[in-house]
Amino acid sequence: MRVMVFVKATEDSEKGLPPTEEMTEMFEAMGKYNEELVNAGVMVDGDGLKPSSAGKRIAFDGASRTVIDGPFAEARELVAGYWVWEVKDMDEAVAWAKRCPNPMPGPSELEIRPFYEMEDFGDALTPELAEREQQLRDRLSGE
Amino acid sequence: MAKDETRDQTHRAIEAVFRIERARLLASLARMTRDVDRAEELAQDALLIALTEWPKTGVPDRPGAWLTAAAKRRLIDGVRHDAMRSRKQAEIGRELDEEQDMRVEAAEAALDDPLGDELLGLIFAACHPVISPEARAALTLRLVGGLTVEEIARAFLSNEAAIAARITRAKKAIAKAGLAFEVPRGAELQTRLGSVLEVVYLIFNEGYAATAGPSLVRPPLCAEAQRLARILAGLMPEQPEVLGLLALVEIQASRLSARAGSDGRFVPLTQQNRARWDQLLIRRGLNALDRAAALGGADGPYALQAALAACHARARTAEATDWRRIAGLYDRLGQVMPSPVVELNRAVAHSMAFGPEAGLRLVDQIADAATLRNYAPLPAARGDFLFRAGRRDEAKAAFEAAAALTANERERDFLLDRAAACGK
Repeated sequence: MRVMVFVKATEDSEKGLPPTEEMTEMFEAMGKYNEELVNAGVMVDGDGLKPSSAGKRIAFDGASRTVIDGPFAEARELVAGYWVWEVKDMDEAVAWAKRCPNPMPGPSELEIRPFYEMEDFGDALTPELAEREQQLRDRLSGE
Repeated sequence: MAKDETRDQTHRAIEAVFRIERARLLASLARMTRDVDRAEELAQDALLIALTEWPKTGVPDRPGAWLTAAAKRRLIDGVRHDAMRSRKQAEIGRELDEEQDMRVEAAEAALDDPLGDELLGLIFAACHPVISPEARAALTLRLVGGLTVEEIARAFLSNEAAIAARITRAKKAIAKAGLAFEVPRGAELQTRLGSVLEVVYLIFNEGYAATAGPSLVRPPLCAEAQRLARILAGLMPEQPEVLGLLALVEIQASRLSARAGSDGRFVPLTQQNRARWDQLLIRRGLNALDRAAALGGADGPYALQAALAACHARARTAEATDWRRIAGLYDRLGQVMPSPVVELNRAVAHSMAFGPEAGLRLVDQIADAATLRNYAPLPAARGDFLFRAGRRDEAKAAFEAAAALTANERERDFLLDRAAACGK
Protein backbone atom coordinates (compact mmCIF):
# COMPACT_ATOMS: atom_id res chain seq x y z
CA MET A 1 0.00 0.00 0.00
CA ARG A 2 1.06 3.55 -0.62
CA VAL A 3 0.99 6.08 2.21
CA MET A 4 1.83 9.73 2.50
CA VAL A 5 3.67 10.72 5.64
CA PHE A 6 3.26 14.36 6.56
CA VAL A 7 5.79 16.19 8.65
CA LYS A 8 3.58 18.66 10.49
CA ALA A 9 4.83 22.22 10.77
CA THR A 10 5.80 23.87 14.05
CA GLU A 11 6.35 27.49 15.04
CA ASP A 12 10.05 26.86 14.40
CA SER A 13 9.58 25.45 10.92
CA GLU A 14 7.26 28.35 10.10
CA LYS A 15 10.15 30.73 10.82
CA GLY A 16 12.16 29.25 7.95
CA LEU A 17 15.42 27.33 7.92
CA PRO A 18 17.27 26.90 11.23
CA PRO A 19 20.87 28.20 11.74
CA THR A 20 23.44 26.45 9.52
CA GLU A 21 24.89 24.28 12.29
CA GLU A 22 21.56 22.90 13.42
CA MET A 23 20.54 22.40 9.83
CA THR A 24 23.68 20.39 9.02
CA GLU A 25 23.04 18.21 12.02
CA MET A 26 19.41 17.64 11.05
CA PHE A 27 20.34 16.93 7.43
CA GLU A 28 22.83 14.37 8.59
CA ALA A 29 20.36 12.51 10.81
CA MET A 30 17.58 12.77 8.25
CA GLY A 31 19.94 11.73 5.46
CA LYS A 32 20.83 8.55 7.30
CA TYR A 33 17.18 7.78 7.93
CA ASN A 34 16.26 8.45 4.31
CA GLU A 35 19.02 6.12 3.21
CA GLU A 36 17.57 3.39 5.41
CA LEU A 37 14.16 3.97 3.84
CA VAL A 38 15.63 3.80 0.33
CA ASN A 39 17.66 0.67 1.05
CA ALA A 40 14.57 -1.03 2.40
CA GLY A 41 12.72 -0.18 -0.82
CA VAL A 42 10.16 1.79 1.18
CA MET A 43 10.65 5.40 0.10
CA VAL A 44 9.34 6.38 -3.31
CA ASP A 45 9.23 10.15 -2.93
CA GLY A 46 9.66 12.93 -0.43
CA ASP A 47 10.55 16.57 0.00
CA GLY A 48 10.45 19.57 2.29
CA LEU A 49 8.17 22.57 1.93
CA LYS A 50 8.91 26.25 2.57
CA PRO A 51 7.02 27.97 5.41
CA SER A 52 3.44 29.04 4.76
CA SER A 53 4.62 32.66 4.39
CA ALA A 54 5.70 31.58 0.89
CA GLY A 55 2.33 29.91 0.21
CA LYS A 56 -1.07 30.95 -0.98
CA ARG A 57 -4.57 29.64 -0.39
CA ILE A 58 -7.45 29.70 -2.80
CA ALA A 59 -10.78 29.82 -1.01
CA PHE A 60 -13.85 28.46 -2.84
CA ASP A 61 -17.39 29.53 -2.14
CA GLY A 62 -19.90 28.91 -4.89
CA ALA A 63 -18.58 30.69 -7.95
CA SER A 64 -16.18 32.91 -6.06
CA ARG A 65 -12.45 32.29 -5.77
CA THR A 66 -10.46 34.27 -3.24
CA VAL A 67 -6.69 34.16 -3.06
CA ILE A 68 -5.25 34.45 0.46
CA ASP A 69 -1.54 35.08 0.93
CA GLY A 70 0.41 33.24 3.66
CA PRO A 71 1.55 33.01 6.39
CA PHE A 72 -1.30 31.04 7.89
CA ALA A 73 -2.12 30.63 11.55
CA GLU A 74 -2.26 27.29 13.42
CA ALA A 75 1.24 26.01 12.63
CA ARG A 76 0.26 22.50 13.79
CA GLU A 77 -2.32 22.27 11.02
CA LEU A 78 0.27 23.03 8.37
CA VAL A 79 2.62 20.71 6.55
CA ALA A 80 6.39 21.21 6.46
CA GLY A 81 7.33 18.19 4.40
CA TYR A 82 6.21 14.78 3.19
CA TRP A 83 7.27 11.35 2.11
CA VAL A 84 5.52 8.82 -0.07
CA TRP A 85 6.20 5.30 1.13
CA GLU A 86 5.23 1.91 -0.16
CA VAL A 87 4.68 -0.49 2.73
CA LYS A 88 2.81 -3.73 3.34
CA ASP A 89 0.42 -2.29 5.90
CA MET A 90 -0.13 0.55 8.38
CA ASP A 91 1.75 -1.34 11.09
CA GLU A 92 4.87 -1.27 8.96
CA ALA A 93 4.39 2.43 8.21
CA VAL A 94 4.07 3.17 11.93
CA ALA A 95 7.19 1.12 12.71
CA TRP A 96 9.16 3.11 10.14
CA ALA A 97 7.76 6.44 11.29
CA LYS A 98 8.80 5.72 14.87
CA ARG A 99 12.40 5.39 13.68
CA CYS A 100 12.44 8.87 12.20
CA PRO A 101 14.78 11.26 14.00
CA ASN A 102 12.77 14.08 15.57
CA PRO A 103 12.18 16.26 12.51
CA MET A 104 11.92 19.49 14.51
CA PRO A 105 13.87 21.06 17.38
CA GLY A 106 10.84 20.96 19.70
CA PRO A 107 7.81 18.65 19.96
CA SER A 108 6.49 17.71 16.54
CA GLU A 109 4.25 15.25 14.75
CA LEU A 110 4.18 12.91 11.78
CA GLU A 111 0.87 11.92 10.23
CA ILE A 112 0.43 8.82 8.05
CA ARG A 113 -2.38 8.71 5.52
CA PRO A 114 -3.02 5.84 3.10
CA PHE A 115 -3.74 6.62 -0.55
CA TYR A 116 -7.01 5.53 -2.10
CA GLU A 117 -6.55 2.52 -4.34
CA MET A 118 -8.68 1.31 -7.23
CA GLU A 119 -10.39 -1.35 -5.08
CA ASP A 120 -11.52 1.35 -2.65
CA PHE A 121 -13.81 2.83 -5.26
CA GLY A 122 -15.63 -0.47 -5.65
CA ASP A 123 -19.23 0.26 -6.56
CA ALA A 124 -18.59 3.97 -6.95
CA LEU A 125 -17.29 3.10 -10.40
CA THR A 126 -20.87 2.77 -11.66
CA PRO A 127 -21.81 0.97 -14.88
CA GLU A 128 -22.44 4.42 -16.42
CA LEU A 129 -18.90 5.55 -15.60
CA ALA A 130 -17.51 2.24 -16.82
CA GLU A 131 -19.54 2.65 -20.02
CA ARG A 132 -18.21 6.17 -20.53
CA GLU A 133 -14.71 4.90 -20.10
CA GLN A 134 -15.36 2.15 -22.60
CA GLN A 135 -16.55 4.76 -25.11
CA LEU A 136 -13.44 6.81 -24.49
CA ARG A 137 -11.37 3.72 -25.11
CA ASP A 138 -13.26 2.93 -28.31
CA ARG A 139 -12.70 6.48 -29.50
CA LEU A 140 -8.98 6.20 -28.78
CA SER A 141 -8.74 2.95 -30.68
CA GLY A 142 -10.64 4.48 -33.60
CA GLU A 143 -13.31 1.79 -33.73
CA MET B 1 -10.83 -7.14 27.12
CA ALA B 2 -9.14 -3.76 26.90
CA LYS B 3 -6.00 -5.36 28.27
CA ASP B 4 -6.10 -8.00 25.54
CA GLU B 5 -6.47 -5.30 22.94
CA THR B 6 -3.42 -3.41 24.22
CA ARG B 7 -1.48 -6.64 24.25
CA ASP B 8 -2.60 -7.38 20.73
CA GLN B 9 -1.54 -3.91 19.57
CA THR B 10 1.85 -4.26 21.23
CA HIS B 11 2.36 -7.61 19.53
CA ARG B 12 1.43 -6.20 16.16
CA ALA B 13 3.82 -3.30 16.63
CA ILE B 14 6.63 -5.70 17.56
CA GLU B 15 5.87 -7.93 14.62
CA ALA B 16 6.00 -4.93 12.31
CA VAL B 17 9.45 -4.04 13.63
CA PHE B 18 10.46 -7.66 13.21
CA ARG B 19 9.26 -7.73 9.61
CA ILE B 20 11.40 -4.69 8.83
CA GLU B 21 14.45 -6.40 10.34
CA ARG B 22 13.72 -9.96 9.24
CA ALA B 23 15.59 -10.09 5.93
CA ARG B 24 18.73 -8.53 7.39
CA LEU B 25 18.51 -10.73 10.45
CA LEU B 26 18.21 -13.83 8.28
CA ALA B 27 21.11 -12.64 6.16
CA SER B 28 23.25 -12.24 9.24
CA LEU B 29 22.28 -15.62 10.66
CA ALA B 30 22.66 -17.43 7.35
CA ARG B 31 26.17 -16.07 7.04
CA MET B 32 26.96 -17.32 10.56
CA THR B 33 25.39 -20.77 10.26
CA ARG B 34 25.51 -21.31 6.48
CA ASP B 35 22.18 -23.02 6.98
CA VAL B 36 18.98 -21.29 5.85
CA ASP B 37 16.66 -23.50 7.90
CA ARG B 38 18.68 -22.92 11.05
CA ALA B 39 18.74 -19.19 10.32
CA GLU B 40 14.95 -19.15 9.99
CA GLU B 41 14.53 -21.05 13.26
CA LEU B 42 16.86 -18.70 15.09
CA ALA B 43 15.10 -15.65 13.68
CA GLN B 44 11.79 -17.07 14.86
CA ASP B 45 13.33 -17.67 18.32
CA ALA B 46 14.52 -14.08 18.39
CA LEU B 47 11.00 -12.88 17.59
CA LEU B 48 9.57 -14.94 20.44
CA ILE B 49 12.13 -13.47 22.84
CA ALA B 50 11.31 -9.95 21.63
CA LEU B 51 7.60 -10.61 22.14
CA THR B 52 8.33 -11.43 25.80
CA GLU B 53 10.94 -8.74 26.46
CA TRP B 54 9.88 -5.66 24.48
CA PRO B 55 6.46 -5.21 26.09
CA LYS B 56 8.42 -4.68 29.36
CA THR B 57 11.41 -2.73 28.05
CA GLY B 58 10.04 -1.02 24.97
CA VAL B 59 11.51 -1.45 21.48
CA PRO B 60 15.30 -1.04 21.73
CA ASP B 61 17.07 1.75 19.83
CA ARG B 62 18.68 -0.67 17.43
CA PRO B 63 16.15 -3.49 17.14
CA GLY B 64 18.14 -5.22 14.39
CA ALA B 65 21.26 -5.51 16.55
CA TRP B 66 19.15 -6.62 19.51
CA LEU B 67 17.44 -9.39 17.53
CA THR B 68 20.75 -10.57 16.09
CA ALA B 69 22.30 -10.73 19.56
CA ALA B 70 19.32 -12.69 20.89
CA ALA B 71 19.46 -15.14 17.98
CA LYS B 72 23.21 -15.49 18.38
CA ARG B 73 22.84 -16.40 22.08
CA ARG B 74 20.36 -19.09 21.06
CA LEU B 75 22.77 -20.39 18.47
CA ILE B 76 25.62 -20.67 20.95
CA ASP B 77 23.39 -22.21 23.63
CA GLY B 78 22.34 -24.78 21.07
CA VAL B 79 25.90 -25.68 20.19
CA ARG B 80 26.83 -25.99 23.90
CA HIS B 81 23.78 -28.09 24.60
CA ASP B 82 24.65 -30.49 21.80
CA ALA B 83 28.23 -30.64 23.01
CA MET B 84 27.17 -31.51 26.56
CA ARG B 85 24.99 -34.32 25.36
CA SER B 86 27.95 -36.03 23.88
CA ARG B 87 31.38 -35.76 25.46
CA LYS B 88 32.88 -36.94 22.23
CA GLN B 89 31.45 -33.91 20.55
CA ALA B 90 32.73 -31.50 23.18
CA GLU B 91 35.83 -30.78 21.23
CA ILE B 92 33.96 -30.27 18.01
CA GLY B 93 31.51 -28.08 19.87
CA ARG B 94 34.24 -25.82 21.14
CA GLU B 95 35.74 -25.53 17.71
CA LEU B 96 32.37 -24.74 16.28
CA ASP B 97 31.86 -22.24 19.06
CA GLU B 98 35.07 -20.47 18.22
CA GLU B 99 34.46 -20.51 14.52
CA GLN B 100 30.97 -19.20 15.05
CA ASP B 101 32.20 -16.51 17.42
CA MET B 102 34.42 -15.23 14.66
CA ARG B 103 31.59 -15.21 12.19
CA VAL B 104 29.36 -13.58 14.79
CA GLU B 105 31.91 -10.80 15.24
CA ALA B 106 32.07 -10.24 11.51
CA ALA B 107 28.29 -10.22 11.39
CA GLU B 108 28.08 -7.71 14.22
CA ALA B 109 30.53 -5.44 12.47
CA ALA B 110 28.42 -5.71 9.35
CA LEU B 111 25.27 -4.68 11.22
CA ASP B 112 26.45 -1.12 11.12
CA ASP B 113 27.48 -1.51 7.52
CA PRO B 114 25.26 0.88 5.59
CA LEU B 115 26.20 -0.91 2.38
CA GLY B 116 23.89 -3.73 3.41
CA ASP B 117 26.48 -6.25 2.30
CA GLU B 118 24.82 -9.05 4.24
CA LEU B 119 21.39 -8.52 2.78
CA LEU B 120 22.94 -8.53 -0.68
CA GLY B 121 24.76 -11.74 0.24
CA LEU B 122 21.43 -13.35 1.10
CA ILE B 123 19.84 -12.14 -2.15
CA PHE B 124 22.77 -13.46 -4.19
CA ALA B 125 22.54 -16.85 -2.44
CA ALA B 126 18.77 -17.12 -2.91
CA CYS B 127 19.20 -16.26 -6.59
CA HIS B 128 22.21 -18.50 -7.20
CA PRO B 129 22.27 -20.20 -10.62
CA VAL B 130 22.51 -23.65 -8.97
CA ILE B 131 18.82 -23.18 -8.17
CA SER B 132 16.11 -23.29 -10.86
CA PRO B 133 14.65 -19.85 -11.68
CA GLU B 134 11.17 -20.70 -10.29
CA ALA B 135 12.67 -21.99 -7.05
CA ARG B 136 14.90 -18.91 -6.87
CA ALA B 137 11.83 -16.72 -7.13
CA ALA B 138 9.98 -18.62 -4.40
CA LEU B 139 12.98 -18.61 -2.06
CA THR B 140 13.65 -14.91 -2.62
CA LEU B 141 10.03 -14.03 -1.89
CA ARG B 142 10.19 -16.15 1.26
CA LEU B 143 13.55 -14.93 2.63
CA VAL B 144 13.83 -11.38 1.36
CA GLY B 145 10.20 -10.44 0.75
CA GLY B 146 9.03 -12.13 3.94
CA LEU B 147 6.02 -13.72 2.23
CA THR B 148 4.58 -16.86 3.75
CA VAL B 149 4.48 -20.07 1.73
CA GLU B 150 0.71 -19.63 1.50
CA GLU B 151 1.09 -16.11 0.10
CA ILE B 152 3.64 -17.28 -2.46
CA ALA B 153 1.40 -20.19 -3.48
CA ARG B 154 -1.53 -17.83 -3.93
CA ALA B 155 0.59 -15.41 -5.93
CA PHE B 156 1.82 -18.10 -8.31
CA LEU B 157 -1.59 -19.84 -8.43
CA SER B 158 0.14 -22.93 -7.13
CA ASN B 159 -0.51 -25.03 -4.04
CA GLU B 160 1.34 -24.73 -0.78
CA ALA B 161 2.85 -28.21 -0.97
CA ALA B 162 4.38 -27.49 -4.37
CA ILE B 163 5.84 -24.14 -3.25
CA ALA B 164 7.14 -25.64 0.00
CA ALA B 165 8.81 -28.42 -1.99
CA ARG B 166 10.32 -25.84 -4.33
CA ILE B 167 11.74 -23.89 -1.40
CA THR B 168 13.11 -27.05 0.22
CA ARG B 169 14.83 -28.01 -3.04
CA ALA B 170 16.33 -24.52 -3.26
CA LYS B 171 17.67 -24.71 0.30
CA LYS B 172 19.16 -28.14 -0.38
CA ALA B 173 20.86 -26.83 -3.51
CA ILE B 174 22.35 -23.98 -1.46
CA ALA B 175 23.59 -26.41 1.22
CA LYS B 176 24.99 -28.82 -1.34
CA ALA B 177 26.87 -26.07 -3.14
CA GLY B 178 28.20 -24.83 0.22
CA LEU B 179 27.27 -21.22 -0.56
CA ALA B 180 28.80 -18.65 1.78
CA PHE B 181 26.10 -15.95 1.57
CA GLU B 182 28.66 -13.44 0.34
CA VAL B 183 28.44 -10.88 -2.43
CA PRO B 184 30.50 -12.21 -5.35
CA ARG B 185 33.46 -10.09 -6.45
CA GLY B 186 35.16 -9.31 -9.72
CA ALA B 187 34.08 -11.01 -12.91
CA GLU B 188 31.75 -13.38 -11.07
CA LEU B 189 29.67 -10.44 -9.88
CA GLN B 190 28.27 -9.67 -13.32
CA THR B 191 27.18 -13.25 -14.04
CA ARG B 192 25.63 -13.68 -10.63
CA LEU B 193 23.99 -10.26 -10.81
CA GLY B 194 22.37 -11.33 -14.06
CA SER B 195 20.84 -14.25 -12.21
CA VAL B 196 19.49 -11.94 -9.47
CA LEU B 197 17.95 -9.49 -11.95
CA GLU B 198 16.38 -12.39 -13.85
CA VAL B 199 14.58 -13.50 -10.67
CA VAL B 200 13.28 -10.02 -9.88
CA TYR B 201 11.98 -9.62 -13.42
CA LEU B 202 10.43 -13.08 -13.37
CA ILE B 203 8.51 -12.17 -10.21
CA PHE B 204 7.44 -8.88 -11.76
CA ASN B 205 6.27 -10.48 -14.98
CA GLU B 206 4.33 -13.16 -13.17
CA GLY B 207 2.41 -10.29 -11.57
CA TYR B 208 2.25 -8.06 -14.61
CA ALA B 209 1.42 -10.47 -17.39
CA ALA B 210 -0.21 -13.28 -15.46
CA THR B 211 0.42 -16.28 -17.69
CA ALA B 212 -2.57 -18.23 -16.43
CA GLY B 213 -5.75 -17.82 -14.47
CA PRO B 214 -8.75 -15.55 -14.39
CA SER B 215 -7.00 -12.35 -13.37
CA LEU B 216 -4.91 -10.34 -15.78
CA VAL B 217 -2.60 -8.72 -13.30
CA ARG B 218 -1.51 -9.69 -9.80
CA PRO B 219 -0.30 -6.41 -8.31
CA PRO B 220 1.13 -7.89 -5.07
CA LEU B 221 3.80 -9.72 -7.05
CA CYS B 222 4.61 -6.54 -8.95
CA ALA B 223 4.90 -4.66 -5.66
CA GLU B 224 7.29 -7.30 -4.30
CA ALA B 225 9.44 -7.13 -7.43
CA GLN B 226 9.47 -3.34 -7.30
CA ARG B 227 10.53 -3.43 -3.68
CA LEU B 228 13.33 -5.88 -4.52
CA ALA B 229 14.49 -3.73 -7.44
CA ARG B 230 14.44 -0.64 -5.20
CA ILE B 231 16.44 -2.44 -2.52
CA LEU B 232 19.00 -3.55 -5.10
CA ALA B 233 19.24 -0.05 -6.56
CA GLY B 234 19.71 1.35 -3.05
CA LEU B 235 22.47 -1.15 -2.26
CA MET B 236 24.18 -1.24 -5.67
CA PRO B 237 23.69 2.27 -7.06
CA GLU B 238 26.78 1.92 -9.27
CA GLN B 239 25.40 -1.00 -11.33
CA PRO B 240 23.73 0.35 -14.48
CA GLU B 241 21.71 -2.80 -15.19
CA VAL B 242 20.23 -2.72 -11.67
CA LEU B 243 19.05 0.81 -12.46
CA GLY B 244 17.89 -0.38 -15.88
CA LEU B 245 15.76 -3.09 -14.28
CA LEU B 246 14.43 -0.64 -11.69
CA ALA B 247 13.48 1.77 -14.48
CA LEU B 248 11.79 -1.04 -16.39
CA VAL B 249 9.63 -2.29 -13.51
CA GLU B 250 8.70 1.21 -12.31
CA ILE B 251 7.54 2.32 -15.76
CA GLN B 252 5.70 -0.91 -16.51
CA ALA B 253 4.04 -0.85 -13.08
CA SER B 254 2.87 2.70 -13.76
CA ARG B 255 0.33 1.16 -16.16
CA LEU B 256 -0.99 -1.55 -13.87
CA SER B 257 -4.36 0.01 -13.18
CA ALA B 258 -4.87 0.96 -16.84
CA ARG B 259 -4.04 -2.51 -18.14
CA ALA B 260 -7.32 -4.07 -17.13
CA GLY B 261 -10.59 -2.36 -18.03
CA SER B 262 -13.39 -1.91 -15.53
CA ASP B 263 -14.82 -5.22 -16.75
CA GLY B 264 -11.48 -6.90 -16.07
CA ARG B 265 -10.59 -7.23 -19.74
CA PHE B 266 -7.12 -6.64 -21.12
CA VAL B 267 -6.59 -3.16 -22.55
CA PRO B 268 -3.66 -2.91 -24.98
CA LEU B 269 -1.09 -0.21 -24.46
CA THR B 270 -2.26 2.00 -27.32
CA GLN B 271 -5.84 1.99 -25.99
CA GLN B 272 -5.13 2.56 -22.33
CA ASN B 273 -6.49 5.59 -20.53
CA ARG B 274 -3.21 7.40 -19.98
CA ALA B 275 -4.71 9.55 -17.24
CA ARG B 276 -4.59 6.40 -15.13
CA TRP B 277 -0.87 5.89 -15.55
CA ASP B 278 0.95 6.49 -12.29
CA GLN B 279 3.07 9.57 -12.93
CA LEU B 280 5.08 9.12 -9.73
CA LEU B 281 6.29 5.72 -10.92
CA ILE B 282 6.98 7.06 -14.42
CA ARG B 283 9.08 9.86 -12.95
CA ARG B 284 11.00 7.37 -10.80
CA GLY B 285 11.52 5.10 -13.80
CA LEU B 286 12.76 7.88 -16.08
CA ASN B 287 15.10 9.03 -13.33
CA ALA B 288 16.55 5.53 -12.88
CA LEU B 289 16.95 5.23 -16.66
CA ASP B 290 18.87 8.53 -16.79
CA ARG B 291 21.15 7.28 -14.03
CA ALA B 292 21.77 4.00 -15.89
CA ALA B 293 22.66 5.94 -19.05
CA ALA B 294 24.93 8.30 -17.10
CA LEU B 295 26.85 5.22 -15.91
CA GLY B 296 27.35 4.17 -19.53
CA GLY B 297 24.66 1.49 -19.39
CA ALA B 298 22.21 2.74 -22.03
CA ASP B 299 22.76 -0.37 -24.16
CA GLY B 300 22.22 -2.93 -21.39
CA PRO B 301 19.31 -5.31 -22.05
CA TYR B 302 17.23 -3.99 -19.13
CA ALA B 303 18.09 -0.35 -19.85
CA LEU B 304 17.03 -0.82 -23.49
CA GLN B 305 13.75 -2.42 -22.43
CA ALA B 306 13.24 0.44 -19.97
CA ALA B 307 13.99 2.93 -22.75
CA LEU B 308 11.27 1.24 -24.80
CA ALA B 309 8.80 1.48 -21.93
CA ALA B 310 9.84 5.11 -21.50
CA CYS B 311 8.91 5.92 -25.12
CA HIS B 312 5.32 5.02 -24.30
CA ALA B 313 5.42 6.73 -20.91
CA ARG B 314 6.53 10.00 -22.50
CA ALA B 315 3.81 10.00 -25.20
CA ARG B 316 0.77 11.95 -24.03
CA THR B 317 -1.46 10.18 -26.52
CA ALA B 318 -1.10 6.87 -28.35
CA GLU B 319 -0.83 8.82 -31.61
CA ALA B 320 2.14 10.79 -30.26
CA THR B 321 4.17 7.57 -29.77
CA ASP B 322 7.59 7.80 -31.41
CA TRP B 323 7.45 4.43 -33.21
CA ARG B 324 10.58 5.10 -35.25
CA ARG B 325 12.57 5.52 -32.06
CA ILE B 326 10.97 2.35 -30.69
CA ALA B 327 11.85 0.42 -33.87
CA GLY B 328 15.45 1.67 -33.53
CA LEU B 329 15.61 0.58 -29.87
CA TYR B 330 14.31 -2.89 -30.82
CA ASP B 331 16.99 -3.12 -33.49
CA ARG B 332 19.59 -2.49 -30.76
CA LEU B 333 17.90 -4.84 -28.30
CA GLY B 334 17.91 -7.57 -30.97
CA GLN B 335 21.70 -7.16 -31.10
CA VAL B 336 22.40 -7.37 -27.35
CA MET B 337 19.64 -9.82 -26.43
CA PRO B 338 18.80 -11.84 -29.52
CA SER B 339 15.60 -13.83 -29.06
CA PRO B 340 12.54 -14.71 -31.12
CA VAL B 341 10.36 -12.77 -28.67
CA VAL B 342 12.41 -9.61 -29.16
CA GLU B 343 12.18 -10.15 -32.93
CA LEU B 344 8.41 -10.42 -32.64
CA ASN B 345 8.20 -7.14 -30.74
CA ARG B 346 10.61 -5.64 -33.25
CA ALA B 347 8.18 -6.67 -35.99
CA VAL B 348 5.33 -4.93 -34.14
CA ALA B 349 7.41 -1.76 -33.74
CA HIS B 350 8.37 -1.76 -37.40
CA SER B 351 4.74 -2.28 -38.41
CA MET B 352 3.78 0.80 -36.39
CA ALA B 353 6.67 2.87 -37.73
CA PHE B 354 6.71 1.75 -41.36
CA GLY B 355 3.36 0.02 -42.00
CA PRO B 356 1.83 -3.46 -41.60
CA GLU B 357 3.78 -4.93 -44.55
CA ALA B 358 7.08 -4.17 -42.77
CA GLY B 359 5.73 -6.03 -39.74
CA LEU B 360 4.58 -9.01 -41.81
CA ARG B 361 7.98 -9.28 -43.49
CA LEU B 362 9.75 -9.46 -40.12
CA VAL B 363 7.22 -11.75 -38.47
CA ASP B 364 7.36 -14.24 -41.34
CA GLN B 365 11.11 -14.51 -40.83
CA ILE B 366 10.59 -15.86 -37.31
CA ALA B 367 7.35 -17.80 -37.80
CA ASP B 368 9.22 -21.10 -37.78
CA ALA B 369 11.21 -20.50 -34.60
CA ALA B 370 10.62 -23.47 -32.30
CA THR B 371 10.23 -21.31 -29.18
CA LEU B 372 7.36 -19.41 -30.80
CA ARG B 373 5.39 -22.39 -32.07
CA ASN B 374 2.83 -22.20 -29.25
CA TYR B 375 3.34 -18.55 -28.41
CA ALA B 376 -0.01 -16.75 -28.62
CA PRO B 377 1.42 -13.25 -29.16
CA LEU B 378 2.89 -14.34 -32.53
CA PRO B 379 -0.40 -15.12 -34.30
CA ALA B 380 -1.96 -12.20 -32.38
CA ALA B 381 0.58 -9.78 -33.86
CA ARG B 382 0.28 -11.37 -37.28
CA GLY B 383 -3.50 -10.98 -37.05
CA ASP B 384 -3.08 -7.31 -36.26
CA PHE B 385 -0.76 -6.72 -39.25
CA LEU B 386 -3.12 -8.58 -41.60
CA PHE B 387 -6.11 -6.68 -40.24
CA ARG B 388 -4.40 -3.37 -40.84
CA ALA B 389 -3.32 -4.50 -44.30
CA GLY B 390 -7.00 -5.14 -45.11
CA ARG B 391 -6.61 -8.94 -45.29
CA ARG B 392 -9.57 -9.59 -42.97
CA ASP B 393 -10.09 -13.33 -43.58
CA GLU B 394 -6.48 -14.17 -42.88
CA ALA B 395 -6.54 -11.84 -39.85
CA LYS B 396 -9.59 -13.62 -38.42
CA ALA B 397 -7.86 -17.02 -38.68
CA ALA B 398 -4.73 -15.63 -37.01
CA PHE B 399 -6.68 -14.15 -34.06
CA GLU B 400 -8.54 -17.42 -33.58
CA ALA B 401 -5.28 -19.33 -33.62
CA ALA B 402 -3.90 -16.95 -30.98
CA ALA B 403 -7.02 -17.31 -28.80
CA ALA B 404 -6.62 -21.08 -28.89
CA LEU B 405 -3.05 -20.78 -27.62
CA THR B 406 -3.42 -18.41 -24.65
CA ALA B 407 -4.06 -19.74 -21.14
CA ASN B 408 -5.23 -16.39 -19.81
CA GLU B 409 -9.01 -16.14 -20.00
CA ARG B 410 -9.06 -12.34 -20.23
CA GLU B 411 -6.58 -12.35 -23.06
CA ARG B 412 -8.61 -15.02 -24.85
CA ASP B 413 -11.73 -12.83 -24.65
CA PHE B 414 -9.77 -9.95 -26.12
CA LEU B 415 -8.47 -12.04 -29.03
CA LEU B 416 -11.89 -13.52 -29.81
CA ASP B 417 -13.32 -9.99 -29.85
CA ARG B 418 -10.72 -9.03 -32.40
CA ALA B 419 -11.48 -12.13 -34.49
CA ALA B 420 -15.16 -11.22 -34.43
CA ALA B 421 -14.37 -7.64 -35.49
CA CYS B 422 -12.74 -9.00 -38.68
CA GLY B 423 -16.11 -10.09 -39.98
CA LYS B 424 -17.61 -6.61 -39.80
